[in-house]
Amino acid sequence: MFVMIMGCGRLGAQLAMMLEQEGHDVTVLDLDKYAFDHLPADFKGGKFLGDGADQDTLRRAGAERAEAFIAATRGDNRNALAAQVAKHVFHIPRVGSVIFDPIREEVYRGLGLHTINPTKVEASLLRDAVLKAPEE
Amino acid sequence: MFIVVAGAGKVGFHLARALVSDHELLIIEMDPARAGYVAEELGDEVVMQGDACDAATMERAGMERADLVVAVTGDDEDNLTFCQIAKAKFSVPRAVARINNPQNESLFKDLGIDATVSATSLIMAHIEQELPWRGLIPLLTLRAHGLEIVELRIPSDAAIVGRNLRSALLPQRSLIVLVIDPDGTPHLPAADTVIRAEDILLAVTDIENEEGLRRALTSPEP
Repeated sequence: MFVMIMGCGRLGAQLAMMLEQEGHDVTVLDLDKYAFDHLPADFKGGKFLGDGADQDTLRRAGAERAEAFIAATRGDNRNALAAQVAKHVFHIPRVGSVIFDPIREEVYRGLGLHTINPTKVEASLLRDAVLKAPEE
Repeated sequence: MFIVVAGAGKVGFHLARALVSDHELLIIEMDPARAGYVAEELGDEVVMQGDACDAATMERAGMERADLVVAVTGDDEDNLTFCQIAKAKFSVPRAVARINNPQNESLFKDLGIDATVSATSLIMAHIEQELPWRGLIPLLTLRAHGLEIVELRIPSDAAIVGRNLRSALLPQRSLIVLVIDPDGTPHLPAADTVIRAEDILLAVTDIENEEGLRRALTSPEP
């Protein structure tokens, strides 16, 4: 599957590697060329320098043939805009977005976006790690 | 009317100053120094410092009783999020957003933003009109029916010059509503109104037929 990932921070880079190892064709977009340093040297996918929320940039990066799009920058609003461009302008069939603010995440889920809220996920993982682990 | 504005940059500040005497108004600004300046100019009760896209800030602002929200920051993503949260979470009846990247204009409308203002497109269109290019300036989009009001200037070599409006082959759903002659006198057009060079025409047209209308009125003799 051809997957585009916006944001090549630790999260985006980790995701890109994971998907590539599973055999997917991956292109990562970021505004900062140094962000691609998060990718290992043997990453074979595309690295595209540009604004992943801009329609021209997305088109040039191949959005018209993308089968999945994941917005994974640190900015909730950027992620929400890019995800909605991917969904409503390019009609990419699978679109996911990271939204850190739990309330904003609820709003966007309500508006039909597939959202992941790392804050809630991390909080429950931490709770389980501490409270469900046997006492030392 | 209670209006909440996001962003106190140049646009937000001047907008707020124009509206504050006739409406209950609150402007939300992230930058403390800028918020302080606006508070000094317009009054403390008009400004709130905080992230306009944060639900707690929105609640403090009294968003649930806002009649209108206006997002005028320099970032489209912030303007979109502010309007979407205002509508979805606080049921604000009307949201207006400033568009910085003209490519986002139709997306914002598709996403339910009631009106958009793109200074970039407007300035571009006005500059293009000054260039030797046969342009058309979209003035206002009538969202409900896909119609818009546009302005055109008739170039001196246009085929329509010296002919009447009856002879113009306008596209469907296009109508000339006003002719302004070069002296600046407005006329209501009739079928026998003769078009002259440098006349300014205001027209209502289907957005899809904009190009056909432009060609019909500004193309030179074939």
